[in-house]
Amino acid sequence: MILRELSEIPGVSGDEHRVREAIWQAVRDRVDGGRVDPMGNLITWKGADKPGPRVMIAAHMDEVGLMVTRIDKDGLLHFRKVGGIDDRVLAAKAVRVGPDGVPGVIGMKPVHLLKPADTRKPVPEQELVIDIGASSKEEAERVVKLGAYASFATAYGEFGNGLVKGKAFDDRAGCALLVELLALEFPFPVYGVFTVQEEIGLRGARVAAYDVAPDLAIVLEATTCADIPGAEPHGQSTWLGKGPAITVMDAATIPARPLVQGLVEAAENRGIPWQWRRTAFGGTDAGAIHLTRAGVPAAAVSVPCRYIHSPCAFMSLSDFEYARQLVAGFLEDVPRVAAQLPGIP
Amino acid sequence: MSARYADTSRLERLIRELAPAYGPSGHEDAVRDLIGRHVAPLAAETAVDRLGNLICLVRGSGGPGARRVMIAAHMDEIGLMVTHIDDNGFLRFAPVGGHGPATLLGQRVVFADGTVGVIGAEKLDDIKDLKLDRMFIDTGAADRDAAAARTPVGSTAVFQRSVSAAGTRLTGKALDDRTGCAVLVELMHQLHDHPSPHDVYCVFSVQEEVGLRGARTAAYAIAPDLAIAVDVTAAGDTPKGEKLNMVLGGGTAIKVKDSSLIAHPAVRRVLVDRAARCGIPYQMEVLPYGGTDAGAIHLTHSGVPSGALSIPTRYLHSPAEMVDLRDVAATADLLVAVLAEPLPEDWL
Repeated sequence: MILRELSEIPGVSGDEHRVREAIWQAVRDRVDGGRVDPMGNLITWKGADKPGPRVMIAAHMDEVGLMVTRIDKDGLLHFRKVGGIDDRVLAAKAVRVGPDGVPGVIGMKPVHLLKPADTRKPVPEQELVIDIGASSKEEAERVVKLGAYASFATAYGEFGNGLVKGKAFDDRAGCALLVELLALEFPFPVYGVFTVQEEIGLRGARVAAYDVAPDLAIVLEATTCADIPGAEPHGQSTWLGKGPAITVMDAATIPARPLVQGLVEAAENRGIPWQWRRTAFGGTDAGAIHLTRAGVPAAAVSVPCRYIHSPCAFMSLSDFEYARQLVAGFLEDVPRVAAQLPGIP
Repeated sequence: MSARYADTSRLERLIRELAPAYGPSGHEDAVRDLIGRHVAPLAAETAVDRLGNLICLVRGSGGPGARRVMIAAHMDEIGLMVTHIDDNGFLRFAPVGGHGPATLLGQRVVFADGTVGVIGAEKLDDIKDLKLDRMFIDTGAADRDAAAARTPVGSTAVFQRSVSAAGTRLTGKALDDRTGCAVLVELMHQLHDHPSPHDVYCVFSVQEEVGLRGARTAAYAIAPDLAIAVDVTAAGDTPKGEKLNMVLGGGTAIKVKDSSLIAHPAVRRVLVDRAARCGIPYQMEVLPYGGTDAGAIHLTHSGVPSGALSIPTRYLHSPAEMVDLRDVAATADLLVAVLAEPLPEDWL
């Protein structure tokens, strides 16, 4: 399954090439063509010469992770986070370091050596190290170079009632959705764009959208799902298992209302469960895309994910499947929806 | 009150009409329709772009020193978007643009369909705990279903407040930046009657309050030679207020800098020179925070020399913003004066 394959590949922001290669192998027979732009975005297309609106569908390939910034005399790897990770989830996690996937563990003082008060405090990233079992700087440097990326070493797994766990569902879930959607045929031009460096500031999408110059864009994402004990009801962004989430607003975008309406109708008319993404923080590639050139109407559809940006996230396969159906339905409706968008004469 | 060019009573009428209209970021339609009716007879071309900006071209007479000039004022105002409805019909919300909890408490707000709500807060032990996520909108709905029928998740409320006069001053909501919109409409009247050499693109922009978004895409489409944003700025003339240079009644404020822009020195020079030469009252604006559409415009394409004219305003982002009509008129006057003359080859 493509979701499993993509989830397990390391691909921290700036180091997406393995993900890109796997995606290209999966979509090359489904699209008319594809190319990699100077930043590393994979831009694929179908029916580029067809009449009708140019539709860009985007999902980002990168995941949050770590970068090695210093190798000390004891062979321990000091690091900084790439993208937003809560320091509290780092300690004692298994990681893979560098292009060869050297196994390591994020180490900290054992509990026996801590003062009781210290055990109640999260350990900041500066005090954590990746331990790859090397005993000296020289030994470590034989297998890991400064600047090497590290990603969480979490195996994909299915469990419970149609749930899956794994790393990097944000946004390999979106990538997997896009791979599946590109199997469809469309009467208008479609650009399937797999972007880089979303987690550190929506960077890849900005230049890809400039290149594609779409008439409208849909972003496929994984989003926060805080339906867990202790969260206030009005702080719960989405619920697991209640269908894909449509964004009303986030920190980077007020989605184009005709597109939001089109997504809602696509779901309602086909009996596909859906929900609002009910908080306004965070951002997606839509934030960069909609401000490209003279403006691009854009909206986002997300698969709810518990424990997002951590080594191990949860999602529901039914939410994933309904997201696919929702966007496929919306794409059927695109000619009607696009007619409601204001244009530049 | 004597303005040099501007029709002050028309400016006041425009502000009184535009400021109470409903128009949070992303929902500027009603404001755009009102402005559209005023400007249609005044522009050679008008267009609504894909983000919803209203772009109006007032064609110039041309000749040497004629430029493409973009003048921008934003239509949107700050608002509150519903994110959650509880069993009893209370609405939780996210701010659209910059809101302070203390300003919101006890206010009356209104949705696009006319539904009115008031803003309440959870019982707090200490007023310092007053945060937006402990506040809610009460529309009188009996339960979740009743609330969802009129104010579903994603609907947005704005302050409900009309404009009142206090001497030469006007007070109301959304004077940020309907005052600027009124200035642009007045400018278009003046340009219509007394053509400028320049092609002037008057842009009524969207989504300024959430990050200068509309102006960026409009500037890309227009690719202007220079740009001036017209917006409000903070005033420092209230009791124990911020130490700011700007005062109500001191004239139009020529921007030097804010967080989004260092005004191009040539644009600033042209504005100051014309103001001095024409006897238009002005003051200099240095704002240590904030931003205007010029912040987005000046980074478009390979760069656009940009500046801004600001109207000093008290109580910004509250339902009781206050401006002085004389400053509004001076802002319109200075735009007319600047656009009346060509810009020589070496103006930069």
